[in-house]
Amino acid sequence: MDMKITCLHDRHLKLGAKMTEFGGFDMPVSYKGILQEHQAVREACGVFDCSHMGEIDLKGTDAVKFLNEITTNDFSDLKDRQLQYTLLCEASGGVVDDLMVYQYNKEHFLLVVNASNTTKDFKWLTSHQSGYQIELSNDSEFFGQLALQGPKAVEVLKGLIPEVESLSFMHFDMFQWKNHEYIISRSGYTGEDGFEIYGSPKATVELWDQLMGLQVEPCGLGARDTLRFEAGLPLYGHEINGFITPLEAGLSLGVKLQKPFIGRDVLLKQKEQGLERRIIGLELLERNIARDGYIVYDANQKMIGYITTGYMIPNTSKALANAMIDSNVKIGTEVYVEIRNKMVKAVIRNRKFYEKKYKKEV
Amino acid sequence: MEKILKDLLYTPTHEWVKIENNKAKIGITDYAQHSLGSVVFVDLPNIGSTFGQFDPFGAVESVKAASDLLMPITGKVIAVNEALLSQPELLNDDAFANWVIEVEVSDAAEVSKLLSPEAYQKTLH
Repeated sequence: MDMKITCLHDRHLKLGAKMTEFGGFDMPVSYKGILQEHQAVREACGVFDCSHMGEIDLKGTDAVKFLNEITTNDFSDLKDRQLQYTLLCEASGGVVDDLMVYQYNKEHFLLVVNASNTTKDFKWLTSHQSGYQIELSNDSEFFGQLALQGPKAVEVLKGLIPEVESLSFMHFDMFQWKNHEYIISRSGYTGEDGFEIYGSPKATVELWDQLMGLQVEPCGLGARDTLRFEAGLPLYGHEINGFITPLEAGLSLGVKLQKPFIGRDVLLKQKEQGLERRIIGLELLERNIARDGYIVYDANQKMIGYITTGYMIPNTSKALANAMIDSNVKIGTEVYVEIRNKMVKAVIRNRKFYEKKYKKEV
Repeated sequence: MEKILKDLLYTPTHEWVKIENNKAKIGITDYAQHSLGSVVFVDLPNIGSTFGQFDPFGAVESVKAASDLLMPITGKVIAVNEALLSQPELLNDDAFANWVIEVEVSDAAEVSKLLSPEAYQKTLH
C-alpha cells in the first residue's frame, strides 16, 4: 500500500526526521530525539504536524440530534465556538473512534477524528445518517493541522495572532494571518496549555515555516505519545478499541447515559452491574519497562490483565503503564508484569501521572 | 555514516563480539544505537546464566520500543556492564567502547556463522 503524506512531508525529510507509517501516513517519529521533544513541550513549547488527522464536516437542522444519537456525549447545551470530546460506539459498546467536535453553530460542526479511522468513521456516520436532515463531507484533504503545545505556546502564537490569548480551554475561533484563514482552538493532547490550528495545506506550511523561524521545537509522534500517556489521555488502538467500552477506559466524562445513543444499553448495564475490568495505572517497582501487550499476573500467578501503553517517563527512571486489569484488583495491590520471561514486580496505582496545565480561565 | 570497527565480528541483528582466548565481550553496533535513538534502559542477564548462539540474552530499550539482544556465540555470562544500569545513554555515546556483557566461550567454531566487518557493512544499506 502506498503511504499518504501530509503537506509538511518535505519539511520533515529536510529536518532529518526519523519517519514511520502511522494511520496510513508517512509521519515523523522524532527530529532531534523524543527525550528532548518531550521536555521542550513540558518546559517551553513544541509544534506537531497533525495534518494526518481526519476532518469531517457536519451540517443540517438535525446536526445536534444526530450527534446526540450517534455519539456518547450530549451536544444540547454546547455553545458556539466550543469543542467537546465524544466517542462513537458500536451497539456492543466497543469504541469505533474517539473524536473532538467543534461547534460553529447548532447546525454546523467539524468532527476531528483519528487518521487511521477517518475512512471507517466516515462510512459509519454516513451509514447512520438516513432519516436525519444532515450533510456529511470528508474534508480531510483540505485541512492541514498543527498542534502548538507547551507553557510558552501562547507567547509564541500571540506574537503572530494577538487575539488567540483570549481563547480559553476548549474554545475556538477563526483567525487571519498573512491572508490565510485558520480555525484555532485552545486544546491539545499533551496535558499542557496550547493550541490546535487548522488551515488549508498552504496556510499550514506557511505557519510551520514561521514557527521554525521562531525556533519552536519540531516534535514527532514519539513525543506526542509519551506526552499524552503521561497526561492520562487515551489512544485509539491502545486504551480504546472495538472490544473496549468507554466506561472500561475510564472515559465516563464523555458519556451521557441519560439520553439514547448507539451502545448505550450495554454501557448502562455495565454501570448498573459494575465493571469487570478497567484501565488503571501501574508502576514498576523494579527497573524495567512494561510495554503494550505484556501480561499482568497477581501474586498467585493468575493472569489479571495486560498492558495497553507503557513507558519509562522521559528524563526520569519512572516506568509507568496503563493496564486493562480485573476490577477486583484494587489500587495499591502488588502485581507482576511478565517481561521477557521474567516476572517484574509492580503496583497498581491511579493514572494521575501528571498534573494537567490547561488554561481554563483567561 | 555509522562506524564499523575492523577488529570485531558481527551478527545480522547488530550485535558485535570481540573474542580473546576463550572470553568474548559483546555489545551493540553504532548502527543499532543510531536506529534505536536514545537508549533509556538496558535489561542485563544474570551472571552465571548460559545462552546459545543467537538466543536472546537481554534487551536494549529506547523510549518507544524494546529490542532483544541476541548472543553472537554460545557462552556463560561472566560479567555485565553495570554502568549501563544507571547510564544506558553510554550506548549512544559510544556503542563500541561500552560493552554489554562478557561471556566464557564454549565453542569457538561458531564464529564461522558471524559476519566480518565487510559482510556486516553490506547488510546495512
